Order: sequence, then structure tokens, then C-alpha cells
Amino acid sequence: MSLTREQIQHLAMLARLELAESEFDDVQAKLSSIVEFVDRLQAAPVDDVVPMAHPLSGAQRLRPDVVTEVIDRDAIQANAPAVQDGFYLVPKVIEQG
Amino acid sequence: MNGRWEAVIGLEIHTQLATVSKIFSGAPTAYGAAPNTQASLIDLGYPGVLPVLNAEAVRMAVKFGLAIGATIARRSILARKNYFYPDLPKGYQISQYELPVVADGTLVIQDAEGQDKTVRITRAHLEEDAGKSVHGLGPFTGIDLNRAGTPLLEIVSAPDLRSAAEAAAYMRSIHTLVRYLRISDGNMQEGSFRCDANVSVRPRGESKLGTRTEIKNLNSFRFVEKALEYEIERQIDVLEGGGEVVQQTLLFDADRGVTRPMRSKEEANDYRYFPDPDLLPLEIDEAFIEAVRQTLPELPDARRRRFVEAYDLRAEDAAILAQNPAVADYFEAVAGATKAAPRVAANWIIGDLTALLNRDGLEIEASRIAPPALAELLDALESGTISGKIAKDVFEAMWAGEGSAGEIIAARGLRQISDPEALGAVVRDVVAAHPAQAAEYRAGKDKLLGFFVGQVMKATRGQANPQEVNRLLKEALGGS
Amino acid sequence: MDGEALHGRTLTELAQGLESGEITAVGIAEHLLERIAQTEERLNAFITVTADEALAAAAAADRERAAGRTRPLLGLPIVHKDLFCTRGVLTTCGSRMLSNFVSPYDATVVARLREAGAVMLGKTNMDEFAMGSSNETSWYGPVRNPWDVTRSPGGSSGGTAAAVAARVVPAGTGTDTGGSIRQPAALTGTVGLKPTYGRVSRFGMVAFASSLDQAGVITRTVEDAALLLGVMAGFDEKDSTSVDHPVPDYRAALGRGVAGLKIGIVRQHFDEGLDAECAERVRAALSLLEREGAVLTEIDLPHIDLSVPTYYVVAPAEASSNLSRFDGVRFGYRAENPKDLLDLYCRTRGEGFGAEVKRRIMTGTYVLSAGYYDAYYLRAQKVRELISRDFREAFATVDVIAGPTAPTPAFALGEKTADPITMYLNDIYTIGANLAGLPGISIPCGFARGLPVGLHLVGAHFAEETLLAAAHHYQALTDWHRACPEGFA
Repeated sequence: MSLTREQIQHLAMLARLELAESEFDDVQAKLSSIVEFVDRLQAAPVDDVVPMAHPLSGAQRLRPDVVTEVIDRDAIQANAPAVQDGFYLVPKVIEQG
Repeated sequence: MNGRWEAVIGLEIHTQLATVSKIFSGAPTAYGAAPNTQASLIDLGYPGVLPVLNAEAVRMAVKFGLAIGATIARRSILARKNYFYPDLPKGYQISQYELPVVADGTLVIQDAEGQDKTVRITRAHLEEDAGKSVHGLGPFTGIDLNRAGTPLLEIVSAPDLRSAAEAAAYMRSIHTLVRYLRISDGNMQEGSFRCDANVSVRPRGESKLGTRTEIKNLNSFRFVEKALEYEIERQIDVLEGGGEVVQQTLLFDADRGVTRPMRSKEEANDYRYFPDPDLLPLEIDEAFIEAVRQTLPELPDARRRRFVEAYDLRAEDAAILAQNPAVADYFEAVAGATKAAPRVAANWIIGDLTALLNRDGLEIEASRIAPPALAELLDALESGTISGKIAKDVFEAMWAGEGSAGEIIAARGLRQISDPEALGAVVRDVVAAHPAQAAEYRAGKDKLLGFFVGQVMKATRGQANPQEVNRLLKEALGGS
Repeated sequence: MDGEALHGRTLTELAQGLESGEITAVGIAEHLLERIAQTEERLNAFITVTADEALAAAAAADRERAAGRTRPLLGLPIVHKDLFCTRGVLTTCGSRMLSNFVSPYDATVVARLREAGAVMLGKTNMDEFAMGSSNETSWYGPVRNPWDVTRSPGGSSGGTAAAVAARVVPAGTGTDTGGSIRQPAALTGTVGLKPTYGRVSRFGMVAFASSLDQAGVITRTVEDAALLLGVMAGFDEKDSTSVDHPVPDYRAALGRGVAGLKIGIVRQHFDEGLDAECAERVRAALSLLEREGAVLTEIDLPHIDLSVPTYYVVAPAEASSNLSRFDGVRFGYRAENPKDLLDLYCRTRGEGFGAEVKRRIMTGTYVLSAGYYDAYYLRAQKVRELISRDFREAFATVDVIAGPTAPTPAFALGEKTADPITMYLNDIYTIGANLAGLPGISIPCGFARGLPVGLHLVGAHFAEETLLAAAHHYQALTDWHRACPEGFA
């Protein structure tokens, strides 16, 4: 297979995705076949071609520096999984300084 | 640091740009609001929201680029820096990677010998700030995203700095510059101005760079200097002991004065930068740049030199006054309003005013004595209405809110006594009251003049004009 | 006319009925809500039905009309793919991750249709986060094709397509990143329109692949598609990729005819990958257009074979980043009792996302990762430029590019789920238009073994009028679009 177990584990960690042991082999097999499939691009004649980031040309529009948002925190946080005193809660993070 | 080794330092400074709204949303940026009351759906990274770039943030970045003589990119790209952290709501930070908006500028600082040194600034780019974490919420960490989306300018120097002192001087110069340009308030306590340092050492004469470490979150000039001093010594110790410097990220423990490795954080992070597909390339044309150029103020260096030339200030005083644009403005307001020499104004500001500002923990913008009021005091001094010593008392009284210089002088009856007849009478009385000292003085003990001056001052409650007193005493006592 | 025929009418016909006073908006809403209730068990096309809101909006529309005011879509029924944020209404994107997410705001598309007077009946089922071509990856179960309920309606906008095809609603919104409007339209015998990239705002449309996503519509007639596009299209200052291009009167363009229209046929499309009967239906459609005055030419898109691999590098890359915001912290699903931050992230995302989404996130992470970026992502962006260049050159000589929308008619549920590549190849004809940002439309052009076949037309940037005119002309001469699946009359 084109992707090793370690690579799959690394990708899952980078993407913060927990993979169950039972899913692992299937993921490895499918991802490998996808990589093999997209490897068809390796033969493409791309010398001197400018990569296309956007389908249309054009430049970024700039907006004026004005406050336009009225923020209703309580309405927004009504949906939040865990809040206290207006803060979003996560398990304690080791001090970064 | 001994002569065998050379330190190589580069600084990355993040300065918050003083826009009214965020870089990609119309939420307010004001400091100190209740948690998450300034985090819009865009700042929170809600499903479906999209960023739109703040024009003023771009102008401020261009302004900085012009001030350091850099190249302004006609086309630059906003890119995503991908990593997971609770204060980064989208799971990526919009920043710039290849093609930053500003590149290849320089800044002149003064090195340890007071010589000009040119520091290269490799790049400056726009990015968004992350939110903040708070602890003490039981087993949880609380996330406040008010700060998320505030515009930042990341300023990256080349590794041109050669000592901790130089690094601090460079940081100060950038701090002064962004305040002059009014693109940032540079408030380090509020986190508007943050510094990371990259440092390595190598044998003097060696051109290859040593392994470097990164010290993060240095938020005062003093800490930058102390942290670098420590780290440079530490690295030298390691190398002289035959070891190798490990590349790592460090924090400065200010209490103990040491650097220590950061715990966890990004284990060999792969940021997977790619151009943000929600944003188009930023294109800046000549007209835009010209419009920004028109708003450039007199830069700190130019102002410092002008203070020396136009006001005849000493170089050190000019440097001190020019470092803070508000102080420089204050000085010029006083100098322009008073008949006293500019040097006098400079001395009072650098000395007496600064002492009181520091004592009361105030910035000059909040000074209890405004420039016209100080000018009035200096005029009273200049015209001989009061003596120097009395002036200091009046100054304290003005600060305490007792009124203007004129009002205080009148209310307390502090006018300097200069009338030769009045003083002459006092002088004669004093001399007559101390015949022994008078005789000693006439015999050659010149130092006793000070004693007599003191007695005259006591008798006049300090209001006697010192020059007149001196003259009259010498006459009365005779001798040299 | 009697109430039974209400669900047989197009939006345009319903509008006429409302205007003449023959029917009311409340009458329409009640009838269609009843249709939904009757058909849902067979189709599973809906995730949320907004009955109360619909009736209230319909009543308001009737009052407004009675007061002598009107708006372009006043009282007309619509459904929204559950990828569009709808304020106060559950917006799930077909995912467990957002199964509890009530959006605090409206997508621009939703707001514009509402402001035009449209009445929303509900949110339709879709492939999870728009990733799929069969509507089998939804947390809410697969949607079934009304033409054969053992088969897929296509995806990712399968819910809207099935609801429109089954005459449950006359129209609905969809999104198209690699073919997710056009392919389900082909498989369900409906009209599916994907506008030019930047024509319609993406604000509030949950992002899958930002440089490819576009909002569009699924209807039974080209006329209805033109009506809706006119309301949805236009510059939005909240979307930096929105283009400030004037919005023409699309319906006025419909009658242009096809005389002299230069149609390009892509040589590479009619190969052994295309079902023979589908090929026949498409060729017949093209012959009809030729008899009507269109000029057919064979054209070459030399790099078109690379479009699927290119897409499956670019789209997952952008998606892997767009989906990082789903972390259990501010909204959406959160794993229970996380023991630390890493556990919160990994389990929330591991449990909240389905298998296809996780695969695409990991693929995307791979192609952007250190050491692979140049060989995959950067290279794919270059091939994308080559493919776009091929289209630009083609449009120098033709007005429209035509061919089949999908390589086969509707396939059985479960038939293509074993191998991702097999599923990806369903988009083989549609993906090029997304890569190049071009507008595309699929219209029904016949049946293969009793299942609908779609004719695919692609136009140059902002040439929707040309596409709509050609499609409308064809539709006026045929009645494939009037065929109703058995059991849904």
C-alpha cells in the first residue's frame, strides 16, 4: 500500500481524528488507493505553469474600518456545548506562558 | 560574554494594529470588554462565515513598510496556517507566507558604542490575532475570543543583532516607530506589542550559524535583554562544555531570571500553509501607496536630529525626548510657548516632570501639568520672578492641583526678592549677626560664603535671588 | 384546478395561480406539507420540515398580496439544502457534528429568497458536508431516488433532487462543488443549475471546498431555474469571492433559440466509461439541437482526463482546513467527558464525522503536508490551470460545451460504496466546470432502462443566459421533464 500505518497515524493526529482500531485497516486501504489514483497527476506537463488558486482573476476587495457588528453573546452562546461566565470551556490546558 | 563567541539574534515582533474593527470582520477591537462580547460569528469561526479584509490594516502595513524603506509588494497573498489550539477558532490562522505585503526594509539603531547600526528587516506581514485562555475555572480552561481577529503586523528582522543590548535597542526603536506612525499603541501590558527572539552563538569569525533557540513572549525591553543575556551565556556554557545546543522553544521565567523549555505546545507542527481560497490576492497600486506616503509623520530619527539642530539640545536629551512621540510633542509645545531656552524645558521634562509621572504611574498624555502651564512656570523662572528652588516647590504645588504658576506664586507670596536695597538690609543684618564667620571669611576661608548664603535664604524663606545675594554678600564681606 | 394538481405545477405556474387569485400561498404550503408527510418514508429527502414557519410565512405572503404588494417570489414554496445556514432552524450539513446546531444567522442565499417572498418548507438531506455523489454518507440515512427507491438519487444535493423529482416541492437550492447539483439532477430527471463561480454568494453556505463551491438550484423546468437565479445572483460584500457583475433578466433571455449556437462535443467524453444507452439519449438530444439550427463541432480538452485526480487533491485539501473549526468548543457535537484537550478534539471529530468526511480530511491533510505539498497540492493547482486553459481555448470557438452529465443512470444504493474511486468517477463529466469556475446545467433528455438521463451543458464565465436559452429551447421541444416517477403522481 502507498501509505504506511505510521503515515495514517500521523495524518490522523495532524487532523485530530480518532480512528478506531476496527476502522484503521479500511482507512489505510482506501487512502492508499486514493493516493495512487491522484498520483496520475505526476505525469502532467506542468513546467512553467502558474498554479491556479482561484477560478476567476481579480483582487481582494478592502472594506472600510468601521464597527458594523452588534454582538449578542448570550444568543450566540445559547448553542455552545460548555460555557461559564461568558467563557468557552475546554479541558485544562497546560500553561503555555 | 567572552571574546571567543559571537551572539546572533533576530527578533520577531507582533504589534497589534490600532484599527477600530477587526482585520476580517466588523467587530470592535477595543481592549477590556467582557469575555466574548466582541467576538462576531466570523471571529468565532462559525460554519459558513467568510473573511473580508480591513482597508486600514493594509494602509497601516504599507505605512510601516514606507517608514523602513521597504519594498511594498504590488501583489501579496493571504495564506492559512493550520494548527489546532482552543484560542484559534477556525483551526487555522489567516496570515501571510510566501509574498508578504512588506519586504526588505531597514532600521538604524544605536549600538553599545553609540554608533549607528543598520538592522535589516526581512519582512513584515499581516495576520489575525488569536484569542486568550484563562485559568482558574476549576478543571477547565476558559476561552475568550474577543482578541481573535484583531489585526497584527508581524515584523521579522534578519539575524543582525549581536548582543542583548542591541536587541533591546532594536525592540525600542520599533516600539517608538509604530507609535510615531500611529499604527499601534504599543501597549505591552495589554498585549499590543509582543516579541519573540531567536538566538544562537558561534565562534567569533565563523560565518556558519549555530543552532538557535526561540524565546517566546518577551513583553518588556528589560525582559528581552535579561532573557537574551541568560540564554547566550547558557548556550556558551553548553558549547564550551563540549555539548550541543538543542533547538527548542523557550520561555523566560522572569522571577528566576532563567529560560526554560516550553511544555508541550506544537509537537513538530506542520502548518500546511496554502493560499486562503476565501480571499483573493491583495493588490496594491501606486495611488494607494502614494496616499499612504502622504500620511507619514516626521520619523523618530529625523525628529531627534531636528531637536539637536533646531533646539540646540544635547544628543542624549534629544534621544530621550524623541523616543516617545507624545513626550516629543509635549516638549515642542512647551518650547514653543516659553521664553526660556529649549534646554531648560528639556531638563524640566526629562527630570522633574518624568519623576512625577513615574511616581504617580501616569503616561505623559495624562500629565497633571499641561504644556502651557509648564511654559508659564519656566517664564517665571526665566524672568527672575522666582528662584530655581522655589520653582520646584511651585511645580509640586501645580501638580497637586493648587492652580497655575502665577496663582501659586501670588497666593503664597513666593516672588523672588531681588531688590538690592531690601536684600542689602538682610545681608547687613546677617553679616553683623555672625562676626566670627565674617572674620574667618575675610581671612581667606572662601567656602564660608555658602554659610552666609544659607543664612540669607533662611531669613528670606528661600525667596532671595541667589545671584544678588552672592553679589551683595561679597560686597559686604569684602575680600575676594 | 383541483388541489391534486398543485404539486404538479412549476413555480412559474404556481405564481400565475397566486396572481390570478385562484390559489393561496397557505393552500400551497398546506398541500406540499401534506405531500412531504406522505412521501418522506419512501424518500427520506428531508432532515427538518419547518411546517409552522412555512404556514406563518405563507399567511403573511397572502396578506401582503391582498394588500396589493408583490415581490418576485411572493408565496412560492422552496426548500433549502441543509448546507445553507437558516436562522433559528436546525442546520446539520447531513452530519452528526451539527445535529444540534441551530444557526444564529441566515445565509445570503436564504435571506435573498426570503426577502423575495419565498416560503421555506424545510431543509433537505444531503451527503455529509457535501462530500459524496450518492447521498449515502448522510448521518440521517440515504435519500432514495423516486424513480426507483432502491437506487441513489445522486449527491450531494440528493434530498433536494429527490423532493423536486417526486413532485413534493417544485424547487430547491443545492450546492455544487464537483457536480453535486447537476449529477443528482441527471439521476432524478430534473433541471440542475450551477452558476459561474462568484455569481452567487457563498456567505452562510457551509464551506466544503472554497474555490469550487457554488450555490444553485434544482427545479423541474429551466424557466423556474432562471426565475430563482435572478433572485439569488448578485454581488455580496460579505463574500470576498463574490463578483460584482450585473445580474441580467435571465427569463428574458430564455426565448433566444439555438440557431447558430456553436456546440462543442468533447471527444474524450464518449468513451467506454459512458453507459451505452445514456450515450444514445445524449446523442439524440444533440441531434435535436442540431436540427434546430445549432452547429455541432468536436472539440478537444486535452487535460480533461486529469480533472478527477486534480479535484480529489484540491477539494479535500481545502475541506481539511475548512472543517478544522469543528472541534466541540463553540458549537456542535462534543464528545462526552473528554479527559484532556487532545481527547476532546480527537474524539469529538472522530465521533462527529462520518467515514467519507474523515477520509477526505486525511487526504487533504496529506496533500498539504510537509514534503508532499509541491508534488500534490501545488501540482494539482497547476493542472487546474491547464484544464481551465483548455476550456478558455474551447470557448474561443464554441458557445457551449455539451455532453452527458453522468456516466450511468441511477445506481443501486450500496453499489459504489466499497471503492471510493468508483464513486468519484460519477463526477467525471461535471468536475471540469468546477475547476474552471464555469456555469453548467443538466436537463433531462430521456431514459435508460426506465431511469432518467441528463444532458450537460457548460458555458463560458457569466454566460448563464446562453445556457438557459439553449436548455429552455430543448425543453420546449421535449417533455422528458414532465414525466413523473411512478407512485408520486
